[in-house]
Amino acid sequence: MNRQLAEAYADGWSRIVATMVRLTGDWSLAEDCTQEAFAEALRVWPAGGVPDQPLAWLTTAARRRAIDRLRRAGMERAKLREVAMEPVPPPYVTDSDIPDDRLELMFTCCHPALSTEAQVALTLRSVGGMSTAEIARAFLVSEKTMGQRLFRAKQRIRHAGIPFRVPPPHLLPERLSAVLHVLYLLFNEGYSGQGRLCEEALRITRVLADLMPDEPEALGLLALMLVQDARRASRIGAGGALVSLQDQDRSRWDRARIAEGAALCERALRQGRAGPLQLQAAIAVCHATADGLDDTDWPQIVGLYTHLQKVAPSPVVDLNRAVAVAMASGPQEGLALVGAIDGLDGHHLLHATRADLLRRAGRHAEAAEGYRRALELAPTEAERRLLSDRLAASQRTGPRTGPPSGPPPAG
Amino acid sequence: MKYLMLVCVDPDFTPGPDDGTPDVNDWAGEMDGKGIRLMGDRTRPASAATTVRVRNREVLVTDGPYIETKDVIAGFDVLECEDLDQAIEVASRHPMAWTGVIELRPVWPWGVE
Repeated sequence: MNRQLAEAYADGWSRIVATMVRLTGDWSLAEDCTQEAFAEALRVWPAGGVPDQPLAWLTTAARRRAIDRLRRAGMERAKLREVAMEPVPPPYVTDSDIPDDRLELMFTCCHPALSTEAQVALTLRSVGGMSTAEIARAFLVSEKTMGQRLFRAKQRIRHAGIPFRVPPPHLLPERLSAVLHVLYLLFNEGYSGQGRLCEEALRITRVLADLMPDEPEALGLLALMLVQDARRASRIGAGGALVSLQDQDRSRWDRARIAEGAALCERALRQGRAGPLQLQAAIAVCHATADGLDDTDWPQIVGLYTHLQKVAPSPVVDLNRAVAVAMASGPQEGLALVGAIDGLDGHHLLHATRADLLRRAGRHAEAAEGYRRALELAPTEAERRLLSDRLAASQRTGPRTGPPSGPPPAG
Repeated sequence: MKYLMLVCVDPDFTPGPDDGTPDVNDWAGEMDGKGIRLMGDRTRPASAATTVRVRNREVLVTDGPYIETKDVIAGFDVLECEDLDQAIEVASRHPMAWTGVIELRPVWPWGVE
């Protein structure tokens, strides 16, 4: 019973919330009624059995609650009719009767007139069905603060007139990229700690990719997440230190996820509109399908980064490309490219990468200097530990016996 | 939904030459024709502004603008739009969005919570 309810929740929360938002235009009411419908199911299903069409049952229950609330709030009959609530609507008979308004929900949650913080919180709550307390924990703020953030976001949607709809075609590319950005942000937030957020971001992105199969960047993001997530467990070693790509135990990677991601990536790229997410996915696939650093197709990765430089230029892309060049053609070539990068002086990855290349070139004293600088700038404890180990290694005299250093932890 | 569109100058931005900035008369003509622009005008500079307060039942009049910043508001329009997306679209086609900055304020009608 609990399992069936959990399935209905995972499958139905966002669909029912979206339907209720469309019907009532009131986000808080939509969420409250959906929550009450699930609470009712928890009471009624154990005795009466799981209905044949659980989502239809839940949606009808949520709708009934909404009507009750609107009546109690003294809403005039005219207004009730206006929100399609009067007379009592016919119950949804089958689950497929429920309109799928989830895309509208996502685009509204990620509307550019909302702050990024609000977009993220609202997406987790309305689309992901996470509770306010869970979201608060994930972002290390109090439940009260998160509650206020969500409340203000919903209020802003209503007061500013943010529409509940998928934007028209001429706005779609930029709006879709905002949605993808929020989802990737969520995933990365989870990648550096809260695994639950990774799962959630993946689940929502899966829905999005399903709803927009002709948008290659949506497929690309899903592919990228799957491949990154396949390596999540092997990224953190004993004691919480970050394990770099070269040292990860590749037998612990989730091969099924990698294969799924690779297939999706190929399907996306076949549409002939290679965007930054597809290219990053393709690079991640190259890494994830190789048996080791020596078996990695570095020239191919260099080519993908060159393409990425064109569609989404950034110094971080330049840096990653320099690493790939160093792997393909030797550390000297890589160092020359790293030396030409502008705008990353305050970033630990630049210094760590340069130090890695210097170490490979046998310039140990300079490498140690670079690691020290990187250590000062590294933002997380896990990264500091990885860098301390590298610093210690670079200070040992004698030639290195281990494998060559890998790229910065881009994945 | 009604929006008050505040048309402002951006003192920190110098537009480049011939960047395709639309013409304000074309804009106003089109929006009037579509029934989107209900009214609008330029406003005279802050040097012509007068501030009025009543304190202890006494009317206090001062010269100059209330907001002590630079002369930012250059004009206003009242728009009737379907939603924020339409208002953004309309605002983004106003020349001052290209050379200055536009703020969209939803009108809060009396009697609405």
